Amino acid sequence: MSKFNMRPDKNPMPTQPPLVRNKNFEEVALGYSEEAAIDEAKRCLNCKNKPCVAACPVNVNIPEFIALAVEGKFEEAYEVISRTSSLPAVCGRVCPQETQCEGKCTRGIKGEPVAIGRLERFVADYHNQRSEQKTRAVVGNGHKVAVVGSGPAGLACAGDLARLGYEVTVFEALHTTGGVLVYGIPEFRLPKTIVEKEVQGLKDIGVKFVTDAVIGRLFTVEDLKSEYGFEAVFLGTGAGLPRFMGIRGESAKGVFSANEFLTRTNLMKAYQPDSATPMFPAKRVAVVGGGNVAMDAARSAKRLGAETVYIVYRRSEQELPARLEEIEHAKEEEIEFLFLTNPVEILTDAENNVKALKCVRMELGEPDASGRRRPVEKNGSEFELNVDCVILALGTSPNPLMKRTTVGLETKPHGEIIADENGRTSIEGVFAGGDVVTGSATVILAMGAGKTAAKAIHEYIQSE
Amino acid sequence: MMYRILKRENLNDTVTRLDVYAPYIAKKALAGQFVIVRANERGERIPLTIAACDRKNGAVSIIFQVVGATTMELNEKQEGDSVADFVGPLGTPTQLDGLKKVAVVGGGVGCAIALPVARALKERGAEVTSIAGFRNRELVILEDEFREVSSRFIMMTDDGSYGEQGNVCMPLNRLLEAGERFDEVITIGPLVMMKFVAKTTEPYHIKTVASMNPIMIDGTGMCGCCRVSVGGEMKFACIDGPDFDAHLIDFDEAMKRSKTYAPFEAQAREKHCNLYKKERN
Ligand SMILES: Cc1cc2nc3c(=O)[nH]c(=O)nc-3n(C[C@H](O)[C@H](O)[C@H](O)COP(=O)(O)OP(=O)(O)OC[C@H]3O[C@@H](n4cnc5c(N)ncnc54)[C@H](O)[C@@H]3O)c2cc1C
Ligand code: FES
Repeated sequence: MSKFNMRPDKNPMPTQPPLVRNKNFEEVALGYSEEAAIDEAKRCLNCKNKPCVAACPVNVNIPEFIALAVEGKFEEAYEVISRTSSLPAVCGRVCPQETQCEGKCTRGIKGEPVAIGRLERFVADYHNQRSEQKTRAVVGNGHKVAVVGSGPAGLACAGDLARLGYEVTVFEALHTTGGVLVYGIPEFRLPKTIVEKEVQGLKDIGVKFVTDAVIGRLFTVEDLKSEYGFEAVFLGTGAGLPRFMGIRGESAKGVFSANEFLTRTNLMKAYQPDSATPMFPAKRVAVVGGGNVAMDAARSAKRLGAETVYIVYRRSEQELPARLEEIEHAKEEEIEFLFLTNPVEILTDAENNVKALKCVRMELGEPDASGRRRPVEKNGSEFELNVDCVILALGTSPNPLMKRTTVGLETKPHGEIIADENGRTSIEGVFAGGDVVTGSATVILAMGAGKTAAKAIHEYIQSE
Repeated sequence: MMYRILKRENLNDTVTRLDVYAPYIAKKALAGQFVIVRANERGERIPLTIAACDRKNGAVSIIFQVVGATTMELNEKQEGDSVADFVGPLGTPTQLDGLKKVAVVGGGVGCAIALPVARALKERGAEVTSIAGFRNRELVILEDEFREVSSRFIMMTDDGSYGEQGNVCMPLNRLLEAGERFDEVITIGPLVMMKFVAKTTEPYHIKTVASMNPIMIDGTGMCGCCRVSVGGEMKFACIDGPDFDAHLIDFDEAMKRSKTYAPFEAQAREKHCNLYKKERN
């Protein structure tokens, strides 16, 4: 028997059938069995030059963990991932593997790449299902650090500092911890128990969480430093401010930012019958945008009972920024894609209810600054899409609150906090990382930034 | 987190005041700011303006009218009970700098929110004319408190059962017609009322500020459901407001938006009432 599995295709991921799952909020992908995981792990050729590791934003040692998985040593494999990543069960589910590790996999040249993401997920789930939460007693070093925001950046930063002995307090504006992982990404893609488990793990090593704490209002960054004795502050407040298009009709009833729509469903659990939070009873929905957020909103709308859901995207299918898997899943779930289509107005009735979305057809012109071909309007191509609800998933920028309430904090024009490669901001002892620095990006980049800042904070406090 | 209720008072049949233990908020809150409250786990998040703060005892007061399922839930809380979440102080404080002569116009439960503004003005030495409007005598709240902080106080009821009969715009218009001038008019109450207060002051070019209270979820600028059109621009009430230039607010749009969930709310209210009745029986 050959040591390697040379089949050109990935082991398929078992999923709930599309027309069943588009009516429930349970997880779509069910995860590999142990046999499938080992079989898939054997597809890795353990290349010397490790292109996958270089393509991973936090350089997880992929061939090493996969080699252990081949031998069924899943706990050891988990240890390898944990050396560089704080949230393997999350990243295995939500990373855009096709543009990162898997995009550079040698096996991908002649067939499908190794299913690195699915293996990461398997190993992490294996660990989570079996491990007793080991409370490794950490010897405190007596230094206090405040972390603002409990998204992936904040959680990663808090974890690394706590393990170094710091007394870490995480301040979160919402009533639940996890950032976008709880309010944005839906249950059917990332079960909330996974996020809770990560947070519990941090509590077990002594991290304190203060929810309902809007920094800038309840305490300013300056208060945290001077009044409450935190020697350093990490800002991981994300990029939560939704953009609108500036077209007519955006204030109509039935127009939502994807954040509102998803927050109502995920954070406020509007999909459960006993939730007090109301949901708009949409029947025909247009979601504008083509990223993960758009896919999540569209698929949630379908699950909430919409008969027809369109994704309206101004570029072509090749440019869709969402994860490949989400696009495939959305199509299977009968989401209809309208490419090269751009909304120009939301039409309303006398009561200001959404009546239709007026769109124009686009064609691709010259490449723009991002290198993608710029969509230009086709003359006379106007048409109306008959919908009663429009969800805008056009991207987000950092919330202006931090900037407005923190004297001396320098930001870019769209509100991103300016920080160097170690997360240092314009204020001494104040660090930042994640979406608040980069603008909306990915979980793994935010997590990586949190870890980098933790290191820099450690160095900063030790050198004081 | 749990926040204990230190004191409860029924201001009238449908308006309740709760003093909640939230010392850090009490320390920071300024007139015009609000809190987001969730009565129970799984409850809805609703914005309520801070009616008063007692820094010494760490108490933050909210005053609310029982209108829907969520306020009903909140209204079932007694002294010693707790609310699940109490987030704040949110929003930009009302700008009071440099104001010497101000008219504060409140309607219904909005008077509870107008009062701390009037009080803050009085503490800064401003001359305050307060106009308070209610549907009828039974619904009047906070009269003594208003009188105490106002150099002139005018009470209006729709049916004339107390004070003068009519709406709040009538005495305001009368004063303006008689040549009275204010540095600013601050109005807090139902959207229609604020719309007409704005219309009343507009011909006199008197700066008028309205406190908006749209549907909110997070209260931090993350969802955009609190958006209000002001001078043709989209503003988020939770971070840019809740106070805006009343002559620029699109009140008609705000009124329509406020009804987005009306059918759901009616249903929830009924469900909640039935549950409540069952428990009582
Ligand atoms: C719907 C959706 C789907 C996505 N899907 C994917 C995906 O599939 N794959 C992927 O890699 N990425 C995805 N992303 C992007 C990813 O979630 C983010 O890049 C990542 O969460 C950023 O992490 P963060 O820690 O920087 O910020 P966030 O996760 O945004 O967390 C910031 C936290 O800070 C809190 N906060 C903000 N201001 C304050 C304040 N003043 N005081 C206290 N707390 C504050 C917020 O409430 C929030 O909890 C998605 C995003 C969304 C919205
Ligand atoms: S309440 Fe969500 S942005 Fe204002």
